Amino acid sequence: MSVKPAVIDEIRRLAAENRTPTPDLTDDLVLLDSGLDSLAIAILVVRLEEIFGFDPFAEPNDMAYPVTLGDFIRFYEHAAERRLVDTKHAG
Amino acid sequence: MNTLPNAVSSIRSTLADARTRRQQWLHGAARSVSLDDVLSGTCLGGRINELAGRSVVVDTQDQLAAALALIELDGTARRLIVCPPGVAAEHRRLVVDKAEADALVSDRPDGDVEWQLPRSIACNSAVTSSSAPPAARCHTEWVLLTSGTTGAPKMVAHTFDTLTAPMRNRPEPPHSVVWGTFYDIRRYGGLQILLRAVLGDASFVMSGVHEPTAGYLLRLGRRLATHISGTPSHWRRALMCAEARDIAPRYVRLSGEIADQAILNALRACYPHARVSHAFASTEAGLGFEVDDGLEGFPASFVGNTRDVQISVEGGSLRIRSTRTAVQLVGDDSRLGDDEGFVDTGDVVERRGDRYYFLGRRSGIINVGGLKVYPEEVESAINRHPAVRMSMVRPARSSMVGSLVAADVVLEQTPDANAAAADFKREILQICADRLAPHKVPATIRFVPALEFAAAGKLARHA
Repeated sequence: MSVKPAVIDEIRRLAAENRTPTPDLTDDLVLLDSGLDSLAIAILVVRLEEIFGFDPFAEPNDMAYPVTLGDFIRFYEHAAERRLVDTKHAG
Repeated sequence: MNTLPNAVSSIRSTLADARTRRQQWLHGAARSVSLDDVLSGTCLGGRINELAGRSVVVDTQDQLAAALALIELDGTARRLIVCPPGVAAEHRRLVVDKAEADALVSDRPDGDVEWQLPRSIACNSAVTSSSAPPAARCHTEWVLLTSGTTGAPKMVAHTFDTLTAPMRNRPEPPHSVVWGTFYDIRRYGGLQILLRAVLGDASFVMSGVHEPTAGYLLRLGRRLATHISGTPSHWRRALMCAEARDIAPRYVRLSGEIADQAILNALRACYPHARVSHAFASTEAGLGFEVDDGLEGFPASFVGNTRDVQISVEGGSLRIRSTRTAVQLVGDDSRLGDDEGFVDTGDVVERRGDRYYFLGRRSGIINVGGLKVYPEEVESAINRHPAVRMSMVRPARSSMVGSLVAADVVLEQTPDANAAAADFKREILQICADRLAPHKVPATIRFVPALEFAAAGKLARHA
């Protein structure tokens, strides 16, 4: 599954559950300004782990902690690519 | 129930003093025995005197065999170690050493090998006639095994008096009573029902160890069971069987876990003519109180002094002092009660208005970024959704806040489409969000076909 639409979907769903208005989900949106608090982001990460099967925040990582939505999506894409490489090596 | 002052009380001596009894039966899964036969006969091949003054492990496959052995040995053995099914092999030596056990009563062909005790006597669920039943000779200590935090069983000692204290000062029921319980009689909740039936002029329908719930319900229906007890998990499982409609109890009793409003309502709907009551009891604290108003939690007026039981709440913990609490932990220096004799039940309650509500076990807390969540409180909210049969809340590892709340949910029926499942999830989350602080709302919900039960009939919670 491609990362970006899944992340956007889950953020919209969470915002609806929390009854917070969904802001414009642009790449430069600062995550903590998105209406999602730290608890909601923790929930987002756990739900994305259910979808993708991995949690980049739980893995050793050379990327900076994501601040914007764009960072966040790249954080996941990077982890997904790394896993692909790892799988190839293993195979 | 009357006992003579200064007399050694036991099940047999109490029944011998009783006025004429109704016809009472003990119904096992495979066999029924009349109580008169039990009292005039023996299930130990007449060898009871060999067990006088001994510390006896009672470990049987069959519940009826255990019941008969316990009735026969009470007042003769110094100590009865009541083994629930499945005491792990690695814990047997510990049980024997701590309880200074020196004899075994078992219906298992390999019981001798498993326990390695100096004396072993076979018992079974058939009663044979016996010459002279023994007179009560000693105050027997009843040792019940509960699951300890380390996995090794905790050995909780009661006496005839502490076990039967909840039954004193009760008016005799006007109609004949037939008891049943989903509990095994070798656990506190089940043993209470055995004693209640035997000493209270009632018959008793026991479940079989591996008997499916549906089969047991059918037998309860056939025996016209009037009073039935179990944990909320037992009852949720029972309501999932079509055979739940084959019983017509007058009294439905829940204990051993928190009874939430959803299960109380479901039982009321299924058994409109029954009194649905939930009791607070634990092996250590004994029976604390019973709540009869059909609502979850308990009235704040229960806290304070009552005649038999004193209840206090300290630091959120429910504490109980009564004549029903256990007398000691066998082979364990830690004390059951504090200096004032109060037993901390480890159950956390919260007062809202004029009622206390159970939040859960102090030990089962989920820590969400430093905030506490009691799984039972969340389950209680989830179970309000009409499509939910039962749920179990557990911690989910979170890289961001340590733990989050995750819920495994069993639906009444498998949803016919993914869309329906998604709707249910959304609705359940909505119910939770309306009732719970945000950190208590499940981060994830998973629909599962069934939940695992621990041996005591409670949900199997894994730390």
